[in-house]
Order: sequence, then C-alpha cells, then structure tokens
Amino acid sequence: MSTADAPLPPDLRARIADLAQAEHRLRAASVSALTMVQDYFGWVSDTHLAETASLLGMSPADLDGIATYFNLIFRRPVGRHVILLCDSVSCWIMGRDAVCTRLQARLGIRPGETTADGAVTLLPIVCLGHCDHAPAMLVDRTLHGDLTAETAEQLADTLRAPTP
Amino acid sequence: MTISDRPLTAMIGLPDGPPDCAAYGRAGGWQAVRRALRDMTPDAVIDMVTASKLRGRGGAGFGTGQKWSFVPKDPAATRRKYLIANADEMEPGTFKDRILLEGNPLQLIEGMIIAGYAIQAGHGVIFLRGEYHLALERLNRAIAEARQVGWLGEDILGSGFGFEIHVHASGGRYICGEETALLTALEGRRAQPRSKPPFPQVGGLWGAPSVVNNVETLCNLPHIVTNGAEWFVSLGLGPDSGTKLYGVSGRVRRPGAWELPMGTPLRAIIEEHAGGIRDGYRLRALLPGGASTAFLDAGQIDIPMDYGAVEKAGSRLGTGLAILLDDRTCPIGMLHNLEHFFAQESCGWCTPCRDGLPWVERLLDAIENGTGEPEDLDRLHDHARMIGPMGRTFCAHAPGAMAPLASGLKLFREDFDTHIRLRACPLRHAA
Amino acid sequence: MATILIDGRACPARTDENLLQACLEAGADLPYFCWHPELGSVGACRQCAIKQFSGPDDKTGRIVMACMTQVTDGAILSIDDPQAREFRAGVVEWLMTNHPHDCPVCPEGGECHLQDMTVMTGHDSRRYRFAKRTHRNQDLGPFINHEMNRCIGCYRCVRFYRDYAGGEDLAAFAAHNDLYFGRHEDGALESAFSGNLVEICPTGVFTDKPFSAVYSRKWDMGGAPSVCAHCAVGCNTIVNARQGSVRRVINRYHEAVNRYFLCDRGRYGHGFTNAPTRPRAPILRQGGIPVPISMATALERFATMAKDGPIVGIGSTRASLESNFALRCLTGPDRFSTGLAQLEHDLTMQVPALLRATPARNPSLHDMESADAVLVLGEDVCVTAPRLSLALRQTLRRAAFPAADAAKVPHWMDAAVRMFGSDAPSPLMVLTPAATDLDPIAATAHRAAPDAIARLGFAVAHRLDGSAPDAPDLSETESRLADTIATALRTGRRPLIVAGLQYANAALIHAAANIATALHATGADAALSLVAPDCNSMGMALTGGIPLDAVRTMARTGHIGTLVVVENDLTRRLDTATLDELLAAVPHLVVIDHIATRLAERADLVLPAASFAESGGTLVSTEGRAQRFLPVITPTMPVQESWRWTQQFTRAATHADAPEWTNLDQIVATIAHDIPALSRIIDAAPDAGYRLDGRRLRSEPARISGRTAVRANISVHDRPLPQSPDTPLSPSMEGAYSPDTPGALVPFYHAPGWNSVQSLNRFQQEIGGPMRGGDAGARLLDDGIPAQAPEWHHDIPAPSTAAPDDLLLLPEPRLFGTEELSALSPPIAARVTPATLRLGTLPAGLQDGGMVSLTLAGERLTLPVRHDPALPPGIALCPPHLAARAFTAPVRVQLHRDDTP
Ligand SMILES: Cc1cc2nc3c(=O)[nH]c(=O)nc-3n(C[C@H](O)[C@H](O)[C@H](O)COP(=O)(O)O)c2cc1C
Ligand code: SF4
Ligand code: FES
Repeated sequence: MSTADAPLPPDLRARIADLAQAEHRLRAASVSALTMVQDYFGWVSDTHLAETASLLGMSPADLDGIATYFNLIFRRPVGRHVILLCDSVSCWIMGRDAVCTRLQARLGIRPGETTADGAVTLLPIVCLGHCDHAPAMLVDRTLHGDLTAETAEQLADTLRAPTP
Repeated sequence: MTISDRPLTAMIGLPDGPPDCAAYGRAGGWQAVRRALRDMTPDAVIDMVTASKLRGRGGAGFGTGQKWSFVPKDPAATRRKYLIANADEMEPGTFKDRILLEGNPLQLIEGMIIAGYAIQAGHGVIFLRGEYHLALERLNRAIAEARQVGWLGEDILGSGFGFEIHVHASGGRYICGEETALLTALEGRRAQPRSKPPFPQVGGLWGAPSVVNNVETLCNLPHIVTNGAEWFVSLGLGPDSGTKLYGVSGRVRRPGAWELPMGTPLRAIIEEHAGGIRDGYRLRALLPGGASTAFLDAGQIDIPMDYGAVEKAGSRLGTGLAILLDDRTCPIGMLHNLEHFFAQESCGWCTPCRDGLPWVERLLDAIENGTGEPEDLDRLHDHARMIGPMGRTFCAHAPGAMAPLASGLKLFREDFDTHIRLRACPLRHAA
Repeated sequence: MATILIDGRACPARTDENLLQACLEAGADLPYFCWHPELGSVGACRQCAIKQFSGPDDKTGRIVMACMTQVTDGAILSIDDPQAREFRAGVVEWLMTNHPHDCPVCPEGGECHLQDMTVMTGHDSRRYRFAKRTHRNQDLGPFINHEMNRCIGCYRCVRFYRDYAGGEDLAAFAAHNDLYFGRHEDGALESAFSGNLVEICPTGVFTDKPFSAVYSRKWDMGGAPSVCAHCAVGCNTIVNARQGSVRRVINRYHEAVNRYFLCDRGRYGHGFTNAPTRPRAPILRQGGIPVPISMATALERFATMAKDGPIVGIGSTRASLESNFALRCLTGPDRFSTGLAQLEHDLTMQVPALLRATPARNPSLHDMESADAVLVLGEDVCVTAPRLSLALRQTLRRAAFPAADAAKVPHWMDAAVRMFGSDAPSPLMVLTPAATDLDPIAATAHRAAPDAIARLGFAVAHRLDGSAPDAPDLSETESRLADTIATALRTGRRPLIVAGLQYANAALIHAAANIATALHATGADAALSLVAPDCNSMGMALTGGIPLDAVRTMARTGHIGTLVVVENDLTRRLDTATLDELLAAVPHLVVIDHIATRLAERADLVLPAASFAESGGTLVSTEGRAQRFLPVITPTMPVQESWRWTQQFTRAATHADAPEWTNLDQIVATIAHDIPALSRIIDAAPDAGYRLDGRRLRSEPARISGRTAVRANISVHDRPLPQSPDTPLSPSMEGAYSPDTPGALVPFYHAPGWNSVQSLNRFQQEIGGPMRGGDAGARLLDDGIPAQAPEWHHDIPAPSTAAPDDLLLLPEPRLFGTEELSALSPPIAARVTPATLRLGTLPAGLQDGGMVSLTLAGERLTLPVRHDPALPPGIALCPPHLAARAFTAPVRVQLHRDDTP
C-alpha cells in the first residue's frame, strides 16, 4: 500500500495524542491508537507503528509486542474489505467449513490471504457472538448471519464488484 | 414501576431501537440510581445486592455483593477505584451480553452507576470486544446522552457522587475476558492474566481497587435496587435468584436467547423456547454454558439450569447459553474445533496451556482425519488429567479447555475408537 | 524462621520466601525455569509444581507452584508425590514439543538449564509426533546469537531486559505458541546489560556470540575467579580459558557487589588479552628498529640503563596493587608516580579520605538497591559505572514495596510488585550536564554545568542542615529545585548520594559529602558513594605517589635516568607536546604492559606483561573493597606479571639483595605490612596455600576432555601443566571442588545434576544471600572517623560567567570506546561509534552532523556536531580519548570559525 511509508496525518496524530492524554498512562491508549491507525490505513505498517509508539512514549518493540498479541490488529496489508469468517463451534456445527470452502474457491485465496485485485482479505475469527444465526461472518463492520455457501458467495461478489 | 417477569429484556426489541434517556426513564429506568444515590448508603446497596443473592453472570457465578465487599473502604474517598463492565463476550456459543449492550445500553449504564456508587468508584470502564461495532456505537451514544442529561459526570443528582464511563474496544483475544487479563489489557500491555493475590478488588487497574463484573450481572442491579432483594430472590425457580439470559445454538428450530427465570429446566429451554431439535436430527450431547463447560449427555436435559444442578450433573452453568451436538455432527470434529479455539486463544504465558493445548488439538485433528493411533487416546487422557484441575495452569483458560475434552473422552469413547479403527471419520460427509 | 516438611524431612525456611526457594535451600532438586533469584516469581513455566497438604490428615493434597506459594510454618510438602512428578515431567515434555534438540551444535550444551531440568524430571523419550513450529532468527549485533527455535517461553529474557534493566528494544511478540522474543527489527541490542541474557536464558536462545567463535564446552575450559578491569565497580567474574587463550567472561556472584549481573563492557571487554598486537617478547628499540630479545638480555639492558641516573616509576590505575607496589619498591616512594595528571591525581587521592571522613555509610551496590531516596550529583553512572546504575534502577522496584506490603503481596511476587510500582513515586533524582539512561525513571532530571550542579548540591546540604554553607546567588529555579531535592531526601530513611570524578570537579564531590553529612545528622541511614574512574583508582589512592606533573619537573631538571612505566599509556594522560617534552628529557624509557600502546612504540625497552587472565593481583573497587583476581592461564615466559618484571629489575639493577617475592602472597604480605591503609588486603582472598580437604582446588571441571587430543599434532603425551605459585587453584581437573569453596576462589559453578550457572543456588547460604564459603574481598575504608561536629566543605563555585562563545567542553565517557582495555576487544570495538561534538546551540550556519573544528589537548580536530538541545548553555561534550587522545578533563574551548570544510 502506497501510504504505508507516509507519515501519519497530523489530525490522526492529534487524535491519538488526545486519546493518550486522557488515559491514566499514555500506554493505556495503545490498542485504541493502533485501531485508529488501522481504521485509517487498513493495517499498521512498521513506519506507522514506530510513529504511534513515539506518540505513546513507548519503544516500537514494546508497541509491536502489543500489536502482534491481538487478533484484530493487522501488521500486514489487507484488502479493501476484510471478511472475518467465524470458525468457532456453533458456526462449525452449522456448516461454516462449507461456507469457507466456497469462499476460498470463489475468491481464489486461502484464509489469511488477499485477492490479487486487493479487494478482499479472508480471515478466520473466533466466535462473533452471533451463534443464533450461525454460520456468521463480519464483513468490515457489518455482521452477516445464517450464511449458506451461496449467500456468502454472493456477498463476496458484491465486495469485488468495482466501486461506482 | 414495572415489575415484569423479564426485567432485563423488557425494553429490548422495541421497534425504535434502544430507548433514549427519556424513554428509558418513562419505562421505569433511573429509579434505581435515584433511590441508591439519594436514599441509600453505599454499604446499604452492597447489603441489598448481597441479600438478593445475585451471582456473577460472567461464568464463575461468584456472589456479587460479596465480591464488592472486598473493596477497601477508605475514609478518604479520594482514592482511585474502578468499576469495570466485562463486555468481552468471546466464549464460543455465547451471545447474551451483545443483546443487552445493543438492546438497552442505558440499563448497563445505570447498573454501573449503582455498582460504582456501592464501591465508591468514580471511574467506570466498559471493556468491549472489538468486533461489537454496533454495541460500541450505541454505547457511546448512550454514554454521551447520559452525560449530557447529568446521569454521568460530577455530583450526580446532587449526591456528591461523581461517575464517568468510558468504553475500551478490545484488540481481540479471548483471554481479555478473564478479569485480571482484562486489567492488563486496559493498562496497554500484552493481556496476560495476573496472579492473585492481589485480588482486583484490592490491587486492580493501575494497582487501584477495581471490581470487574459481567454486563448481565450489572444489568440486574437497577431492578434489584428498584424492586428489592426479596423480589429478585422470588424470580428464581430454585435456589438461585433472578432471571437469566438462556440461549441455544446448534441444530434447533429456533436458535436464540431468552430471559427466563433462574433454574428453568434445560428441556424447557431447548424444546419450548428453541423449538426443539430440527427434523432429521437427534440431540446427542450439549455444552450447557459455553465452550469451556463439560458435555452433558442428551439424557441429562431434565436438570434445572441453576449453578448447583448443572454442577451436580458434571458441568457448569457457565454463561447459560447451550451449544447442542446432534447425531449427525462428529463429536471428535467438535472437540477439535473447540480445542483449536483454546489453543489459538492461549495467551502464551504458561507452559501447559501454550504447548499442551496445541498438542491436544493436533491429536484430535489426527484422529478426526484418520491418522490417529490408539496411544493418542492415552495422550488425550494425560492432558485432561494433568491440565484439567484448577491451579495447574496460571489461569482458568486451560482448565476450561479441558472440560469439554475430559467429558468428551468419556462420552464419545466409541466414536474415538471407531475413528482410530476405521482410520476415517464415519460422519465426515453425513452432516 | 519456620519449619516445613519436605517429603517427611523437617527443614528450616524463612517466612518471607517462597516454597521453591525453601526447597532449593533445603538442598532438594526441584526444577524451575521462570523463577530467577533476582527476578522473583511469576508462575509462568509451571515447572516447580509440588504437592501441598493442608494438614497431617490430608492425604490428597493439592498441586501448587512452589515459586508462587509463601512459606508457612508447618507446611507439609511433597516433591516426590507421583502426581507432582508426573506433572513436572509433563511440563518438560510440553516445553520440548517445539525444542529442536540440537544440543550437539548448541553453545549452551553441557551447561544448559533446560538439559538439567529435563534430566531431573526424568522425561526421556519423545511422544509428540507432529511438526515443530519454527521461527526466523535475528541479527542482534556483535554480542548475542539468537536461536528462537530453542525458546521455551519462560519470559526471563524480557523480564530481565525490560523490567529489571530498563531496556526497551527487546520484547515478547505474538501469542499462544507463536510467542517470539526478539527485537522489533534486526539490530544490535541497545541495553548495556544485554550480555546477561546469555546467563538468564535457561537454554540456547541467547548465547555469547564472541564465545561461539572460539567455542569450547564448559567442561573443556579452565576457570578462575577474576575481577572486572573495565571500571571501578569491581564486579566479580569468572574467566574461562582453554589452550592458553581467554574464551569468555561470565558473572561470578558476589552478594554485595554485582550479584547475578555484569554489564556488557565487563562481559565482552576481555578481547584485549587475545589481541594479536600484544607484546609477547621483550623488545629493544635500537635506532628506531624494534628487536625481540631474550629475558636475560632485557634484564642486562635494564641494568645498564639504570646506571645512567635515578629511576622514576609511573604506575597505573588499571594495574594491580602488586604491580604498582613492586614498581614503588624499585624507585622508592618519592619517585613513584600515580600516573595521573595533577587534577585527577588530587581528586583521586581525596576520595578515600572523603569517604572515611564522611559519617554516612559507604554502600555496596546491593546496599544501594534498597535506598529510598537517591541523588545522583553530576556523574553519568550509566557509563562510568554501568553496573552501579543497574543497582540504582532497582530502587524503583523497592519503591513499590510499601503498597505491596499493604496488599500483603510478598516481595518476590514480581509482576504484582511491579504493578504496584507503576504508580509509586520514583526515588531517583539525577543532576547531570547531559541526559543519562536513568533520566526516564527519575522523579527529577535536571541539566546543568558541573559547577552549577555543585552549587545546587551545596544548597541542598544547607537546606538539610543550616550549619552547612549555602550557595549564594541561586536563581529562583535553582532555589526551588534545591528545596524539592532536600525535601525528597529528607523523606528517605535510607537516602543515598552518588557523585564521582567524571568531570574532575572537586566541588561536586565536596557538595555530595556535605549532603551526606547533613543527612546523617538528621538521623537518616545516609550513604555516600563516589565513583572513581578506573578499576584500581582506589588502590592507587591508598598506595599514594606523586602526580605526573612532579615527574615532568624531575625530568626537566635532569633527575631521571630511566623512566619505567607500568601498564599506563601516557599518550592518554598527557598531550603530545607535554609528553614529547617529558620523553625528550628522559634518557631511557621502559614500558611494561600487556597491550600494545602508543607509548610503547616510543620506548627503548618494552616488556611483555601478563594480563589479568595470566596473573593474580588485587584491585580496590570504588567502595574500597580489595578484591583478588587469579590467573586462569599460567603465563609462558617471557610473559610475566608486571610485578615480577620490576622485582627482577630491582635485583638486576639496584640491590641484588632486595627482598624476593616468589609468589603473590609474599608481595601481598609486604604491601599489607608497608602500607597501613592496605593492611587488610590479605583478607581479600585465601592465599595460594589454601587447601580444601588437603588438596588444591581444581580449575577445570572433572569432565574436561581432549586435553591431549587438541595438541596431538605436536605430541600425544599428556604434558604436566605448569602450576602457578600465585594461586591455590590447580591448572587441571585434579583437585578438590565443593560448594563450600570460598567465594573468592570459585572457578566455575557446578553441582550434581546442575551443570548450568543455576547451580549457584547450591553455593549460597540462602538464595540471594552470602556464599557458603564466605564472600570475596575485604572492605578497606570502614574505619571512618567517629562522628563529631560535621566538617563542612566550603569550596562553593561562583556562578558561571563564561563569555558567550566560550564553551566548556566536558568529557563524555561512553559505555563502549572510551575505556582503554575494552576498546581493544573486537566485539566492543564493533559497537564504538565515531566521536562527535555534542552542542546545545549550534553556531549560525551549522547543521546537525556538520563539521566543526577546534583545538583540544594540543590537537587540532575536525568533528561532526551532534545537536542536543537539552544541554545547558555554554556546554559541549566530547568523548575522552576518542577524538583527542589526552582529553580527559573539562576545558574551555572555542570553535574555530575560519574554516569551512
Ligand atoms: C478465559 C476466560 C475468559 C473469560 N471471558 C469472560 C467474558 O468474556 N466475559 C465475562 O463477563 N467474563 C469472562 N470471564 C470471567 C471473568 O474472569 C470474571 O469472572 C467475570 O467477568 C466476573 O464477573 P461476574 O462476577 O459478574 O460474573 C472469563 C474467564 C476466563 C477464565
Ligand atoms: S492458562 Fe496460562 S497460557 Fe493459558 S491463557 Fe491462562 S495464563 Fe495464558
Ligand atoms: S519456576 Fe515456578 S512457575 Fe516457573
């Protein structure tokens, strides 16, 4: 991603700094700050990690230890859309493997990968708390339930459709 | 006053979405804060909650009033203290807190103010799992409104008690739900659990006295304060008081969650509320309260869902949301899925969990895929025996992982043998 | 004291310790990984599981982690319990699932805690049949190898590196069994204490990189107790050698000094002993041509030279007491020089007197760790005394104890104590011209020029005791700062003042003494620590001598026939012109040294001296502790100890009947007799006659192998190894060995079943306590004057009135590169960065990194500038020796304006 090496925009820096100031210790804002960077760029590059770390008075190693600890912070580039397909027990019982197989075939990627056009990243995720509508997946910020291989496939297609 | 038989969810599912402050008030909200802050001392609130026999809804079932009573009572109330709502809800099969968070965030806020007042904590934190985007949006909106109206901030209702709430969206790790790991996460560190002592009530967030309560636990508080402890006790069908969000997922006709009296029989939940097992399937076994509870056999579903009864049956009430295994789903596959989850979500701090669970996962994977050996069963038993009892690992995560395994090894003995003998999963293509 | 029952055996235990410590102290073999005596307990590895029973009737018991359970009187435990055993074997089996089992090629093999524990638990066959996870390793710089696949996830590395030593660039990454310990990206580890990872890591993830290049198994090396030569702290070390070459240096535990840790300069600085440039034979310079000569010829030549007039000796603060003393015997006390120029000489001489005269305690490092208010006055201890700065850092952890006590959390519960510490106020205050590594954890970090710091110090002393003189004309800010500091110090029950000679500023150490005196008078248990520059500065101060300036005078007046310089490169002490003038006035120059120096290039006669590895001797550390180092290699002639050279000179040249010392103990005895201040050095270590069970101590482990094989191309016969008369250690594996060995004589750590350094537990009276055989060294300065009316120092500097373009250039010693010996060690040299001129305000037109020139110590220099806006006005910094060789003390300089390069 071309923006990975660009410095954080000043307003984002300011928001991170404000957030950190409101905490009992700057470092308490680390996950929120990483999330903000990720919301902006899709993922957290080395450059952005180091910059965020310095805003929080932390070393890059320290902050990276946190970034790599959590499931929802991406330290590698992702596609324009991220599909988080639940792989926990209720969804598994209700056929999430079949959904995954179909998505993989349709997108031509395996879990953890991004389509060549940079449109979609497919990732497994732990139980989304949507077990009454299993199998479920989170596409960006939207929760989709009662998936079948077909509905999931259709959803994936809309994600890949060129944005008007 | 609305004494309903489903106080927690009475205002949930309204056509216009969650109530705003005014609507919440019209429907009976805010009475409890008024009563607590104006008419009750903090200790009186604690006593009332103790008398209500409210037990934590986060899984462990610890008495809420008793938990609060460990918070040091400083004459100088200037000391920082924290009241933390555990909204991490990552236990597979569990989706109750999301209903409460999305459906009526003000109820949680009111509950937190009451709990904060009881322990004299000025800081409230909601630790919310990062995937709950809608809940985050609604919580933030509700907090902003409550602050504007004056339910949050300094000197609430002129009582001299001030309370603020902020929401922390998690970076995503099951272990963050464990209360001490949650504190570590809030401090901006790798969310590893902490040793006890110090208990959070004494040395919690930043070393300050802190109480961590589950969302559902806190949501009960307004109703207890409004309607009294006795009323709350009377709601329960058996020894436990109040109502509970029970739920079912798996191959039932109507998966979902319902607020029912504590102690509702499991059979009623599955058959009446969830509509029974889908046609063409039979119930084989179930996890009564989330992924870290032990399997119950289909024959055990006549037990009431209360803490004691489920424990007597060999499992735990846990979160109270059952996951059903039907006869066409491979139990080894299900175990493998569960152990994959636990291995993946291990924080990596202690050895048995970090290195033992992946071994378990691979053994199950091998058996399910037809490369299992008879000795593998011994290895699985070894793990269940060595990791299962509390205290062997640093926190309850790994014992939680062993609960379905140990029970599954007993319950599904034949399935294990068949897999190993046939070198294949007999049910692989059945479902 | 409590009594606990371990498998039916009643054992004494301390109630403030945990069950793991108690079991180890009881001599039991209980395996562990994450616990470390200095890092406390965190309960991560789960290896120390034991059974605890609630009472005599409890037959079931409960598995507990010994390291996380406090001792209670009457506790009933079982290590042998089958369930506990099974669980412990299980823990190792789990740890081993991903371990590569590459012991044959692993530099930890044979001294690996993981190996020991694996054997101890009885886990001996692999049942895990799946693929192992693999990691990519990192290049961590010249000191440390990285092999993450060996990792067992005990978290010790980050707990030491980050929590204990304050390092920031090593961290734990990822989670579950993807867990990774390393840096954010490849690169040299930044901490001054990174080398301790080698000993902290229970297996081979972090290993000693220079050692790997000359690797030998632990059981194939000899060891000897030694003392670090790279600063004045006097850390105790073990030097390992094989085949006549030093292979590595590791920590030697001294309860009161370095305990478990060394700094990287100490650990990696020994490379000079193996330098190819080292003088190995006497060299005679004839007409500028160096010619190797025999020992006999060398002594003859010296006898001839001695006829040409009086002999004057120049000793050295990096040479042992013995080498200096022998020289002093050759020349007589009046013609023996300390090797220091006037200013440094005067200050060095003052230090012991000041410590004695101040009623406050003169603390050991361990003692400093428990200070509850610390003022560092004008010394960057992080570079001048690195291990001392690590001790100061621990005061922060102690600051959490009150809160931990209130919550009934025992002090060894490390994570919990640190959690309470996160809000505890820091007891540290640092006043220095430039930022130091301690600043980030200090409550106050203030930048000022040395004089201004001294003024503040005097002002603080006055605020503590009105009878102490006050510094006049303080600014309002300064006055407020002095108030704050005085208040903070007054709240301490164990306040500590640290100062030193870095800026060669007498007022600084006097101000420090005033504060300590004032604090003592308030009834506090105050301590004063003064940091001397070199490993034997204090020894020199107690020996006495004349400054270099007096030698110059003698030379100028034709009173020197031969100048004998022992282990002192005068080019680092005197600028070129001064040195030229001195040498021109001296007919003969004789240099005895174990390194090649620029001075030696100008000597008529150069004699090869033994380094610390080939000789025994005594050094006096900055706390006045005399400590003995012993040879690990018996030197092969003509290399011999400096004192043996000068003794032979004495006999060859002046008086053939001079007393002859045939071993180290005899010269030690003479020193003790002749110099009252040094009388106790005899007690620094047992003498060469020491025998354990009637035998010498062996310097080689019993398993040493291949001694004949390594020289099979020369001869397959075993050759009798030469025995040095200076040590009670035998040069072979023949001899006695016991955990009761005196601390001063421990050549390596080993106990049955414990091949790693963790076997140290077996050598201590209690975990973290004194050595069973007694701690090493002898404190020399403890007989201070009885407390009378305080004596105040009055030399308060005037406020600075420097001209605007006049810069005060201060020496900026560095961890790596400015200390003479370690700079010659290749791994250290690889970490040296070029000299810069650090400036607070850049002259117009100059940018960061731009070049400036100036004249310094007689040399015209062009240096890149480094902009450091935090420097006080009028101050510049430049590393001593790195740019101008003889630059050591503050000087006023002006930048040359004319030239733009
Ligand atoms: C591995 C693990 C995960 C947990 N996750 C949650 C969670 O997501 N939500 C929750 O409320 N409690 C969770 N708990 C329980 C909490 O540690 C704690 O007991 C609870 O939040 C206390 O609240 P309560 O007393 O109101 O039940 C978890 C415990 C463990 C061991
Ligand atoms: S059992 Fe151990 S590794 Fe597992 S989550 Fe708890 S502390 Fe972490
Ligand atoms: S040494 Fe006790 S748990 Fe690691």
